[in-house]
Amino acid sequence: MAQADISIKPTELQGGHGHPDKWKWYDYFTFNVDHKVIGIQYLVTSFLFYLVGGFMAVLMRTELATPNSDFLSPELYNAFLTNHGTIMIFLWIVPAAIGGFGNYLIPLMIGARDMAFPKLNALAFWLNPPAGLLLAASFFLGGGAQSGWTSYPPLSEITANLPQTLWCVTLIMVGTSSILGSVNFLVTIWKMRVPSMAWDQMPLFCWAMVATSVLALFATPVLAAAMVLLLFDINFGTSFFKPDAGGNVVVYQHLFWFYSHPAVYLMILPIFGIMSEVIPVHARKPIFGYKAIAYSSLTICLVGLFVWVHHMFTSGTAPWMRIFFTISTLIVAVPTGIKIFSWVATLWGGKIRYTTAMLFAVGLLSMFVFGGLSGVTLGAAPFDIHVHDTYYVVGHFHYVLYGGSVFGIYSGIYHWFPKITGRMLNEPLGKVHFVLTFIGTIITFTPMHNLGMQGMPRRVAMYDPQFAHLNQLVTVGAYILAVSVIPFYFNVIWSWMKGKEAGPNPWNAMTMEWTTDSPPIIENWEVLPVLTHGPYAYGMERADEVGPAGEPLPTSRP
Amino acid sequence: MQGTVDSTPVVTGHEVAAHEEHQDLRVLGLITFLASEFLMFAGFFAVFLVFRGSHVQWPPEETEVELLLPAVNTLILVSSSWVINLGTKAIKKNDLAGMRKWFGITAAMGAIFLAGQVYEYMNLGYGLKTNLFSNCFYLTTGFHGAHVFIGLVLILGVLWRSRRANHYNDITHTGPEMAEIYWHFVDVVWIVLFSLIYLLTLI
Ligand code: HEM
Ligand SMILES: [Cu+2]
Repeated sequence: MAQADISIKPTELQGGHGHPDKWKWYDYFTFNVDHKVIGIQYLVTSFLFYLVGGFMAVLMRTELATPNSDFLSPELYNAFLTNHGTIMIFLWIVPAAIGGFGNYLIPLMIGARDMAFPKLNALAFWLNPPAGLLLAASFFLGGGAQSGWTSYPPLSEITANLPQTLWCVTLIMVGTSSILGSVNFLVTIWKMRVPSMAWDQMPLFCWAMVATSVLALFATPVLAAAMVLLLFDINFGTSFFKPDAGGNVVVYQHLFWFYSHPAVYLMILPIFGIMSEVIPVHARKPIFGYKAIAYSSLTICLVGLFVWVHHMFTSGTAPWMRIFFTISTLIVAVPTGIKIFSWVATLWGGKIRYTTAMLFAVGLLSMFVFGGLSGVTLGAAPFDIHVHDTYYVVGHFHYVLYGGSVFGIYSGIYHWFPKITGRMLNEPLGKVHFVLTFIGTIITFTPMHNLGMQGMPRRVAMYDPQFAHLNQLVTVGAYILAVSVIPFYFNVIWSWMKGKEAGPNPWNAMTMEWTTDSPPIIENWEVLPVLTHGPYAYGMERADEVGPAGEPLPTSRP
Repeated sequence: MQGTVDSTPVVTGHEVAAHEEHQDLRVLGLITFLASEFLMFAGFFAVFLVFRGSHVQWPPEETEVELLLPAVNTLILVSSSWVINLGTKAIKKNDLAGMRKWFGITAAMGAIFLAGQVYEYMNLGYGLKTNLFSNCFYLTTGFHGAHVFIGLVLILGVLWRSRRANHYNDITHTGPEMAEIYWHFVDVVWIVLFSLIYLLTLI
């Protein structure tokens, strides 16, 4: 099997540095500037928030097991609904996929010793825990925000003012964190690659993070603007979104979706990056269509900025706008499809190893295609007008978010856990986790499409008894998903302490992070590596002379 | 300080290159950040334009804007962008005294701008809550004013640090450079703001 072959360039030898060799456990609770510590901080906190958000979901599904309101009061249901969505998006998927994997992997993948701005990086992380605490506080100071993760006015301005204010502040904090993080990712990838690595020799995860960061930079400030205006409306007597005083609620929707549609790509682009790393390693084949995958990330980033109105087809939107945004929405599906086909082609004829990481990656492929297709149906305005604000939409976004983003994060954890901790996760337990997750996802989220088409509205605690059967099925699925995380968390905790030693490169992978110890030493390498082959040169003759897309490398790179 | 990689003694040619790069990176980081920051203002401007387009009379009768004072203020802020540039040019020629002089003048101009803004607020006769126009007016100019204030703090910070001998010279001057870039940013935002909120009322 091809082993990464990294030669040493003596001129790059570093002198002794004044750091300890290893971080102690308590270093992880401090303002530490090492990108690996920060990555782990992001991952661990987001996995904790995942449990909190999941707990809320289980409570909501328990309420929805019967048509009547008999378990949670409607206000509490709304508060869980709002905070479930907010936590899952802003404190789980975004910090895990972008902050966690991005910070941990990027310097290791490009041969840097740290991110460009380590202190800024630590600051970006430390905005997250207080943001989470604010959300928790909002439950005790007025029962939690009530108006959904979208917080449309007028509802958000007439319900639960103090919790809603805290909610706005939370979003401004996580938004700032995400902007600062993106500045760091862009500058790091741009300027800190080892001198021997050209743009087209970068692992695809880094390309995905470039696209993610650009999106975050352009979209997040607009959300911040919306939050500021909402905050002023609620607390300082302005009337931006108050129609009776000349304001306009649809303006909020535009600002919100200008961020929040790109936000769905913030949540999936890093996952696409993870897919492009995991699949070639476990299929033992070079990635199919390196450039196609890299550029399609950038295309998604660009087109993704011009589709936001597909969330507003029923907001009195003018017909010409509906047509324009239907077309642009359907266009985004093209670069997404290119990626799907590239991954399938990479699998094709590969020597596939059915590791848990690979199972989640392949599971993601099937789930995401389903979710993408329901997305395309929603993108067509005539159909969307029919099912907007029904469970069909809930089914769609859970397929892409759970079957896409969450599967991808799991896959990434199974793949990089050995690098991060130096120990292997238990594979049989991982497979139990996968099977439970896969079955749970299908049972939970598929019937939602039927419910939606039959007319069940979303965001309700009580519903017409005719929907009871399918809702019970959904609730059963939700319990399976709740159970599915038990083997996972157990596996992680147990393996972190007692798992099998991994060694530097347990998967025989070819990207740079596998050329250093597991876990990597504090500044990543004693001697910076020099790139001698592309990131995906698997199973090729003279692999060390072949570039990522299979073409030979020019002998000297700047 | 935000470093690239190492605290090791600089030895080889490659290391020297890396060291200079690290100076640039902070400038690059700031520009990236400001590009993002600009979009927040773009959001406010877009909201303003939507409201302007959907109201028959904009600004409504009792909330007209003052023009003379803001125009003078604009002149001050725009020319201060040129003054601060003289400052960084000076330090690039290792002229510390020159830099301190020009930065001092810029700070004074910024302070005058802010004072003018406060004076304008006090004499307008309407407040944040009066109507939709005044909402937009105070929010946008207020946010910009806060950015001017931050820029002022940055400039004063540079002046404060420049007391130390050889802290800034013709080779290391990232601090003044970043203050300058930030100041230009504040200036550009103001030009857009002034055109939209003040000049458009003339049409
Ligand atoms: C092929 C790509 C996709 C298309 C064409 C698409 C299209 C749409 C459309 C048209 C809606 C609005 C439905 C409505 O409210 O009536 C929607 C909602 C949504 N989509 Fe997608 N989508 C795609 C992929 C994704 C991905 C990858 C994610 C996240 C990872 C995602 C997350 C969401 C979310 C969270 C909502 C619901 C927002 C809300 O109202 O709360 N979508 N999608
Ligand atoms: Cu969308």
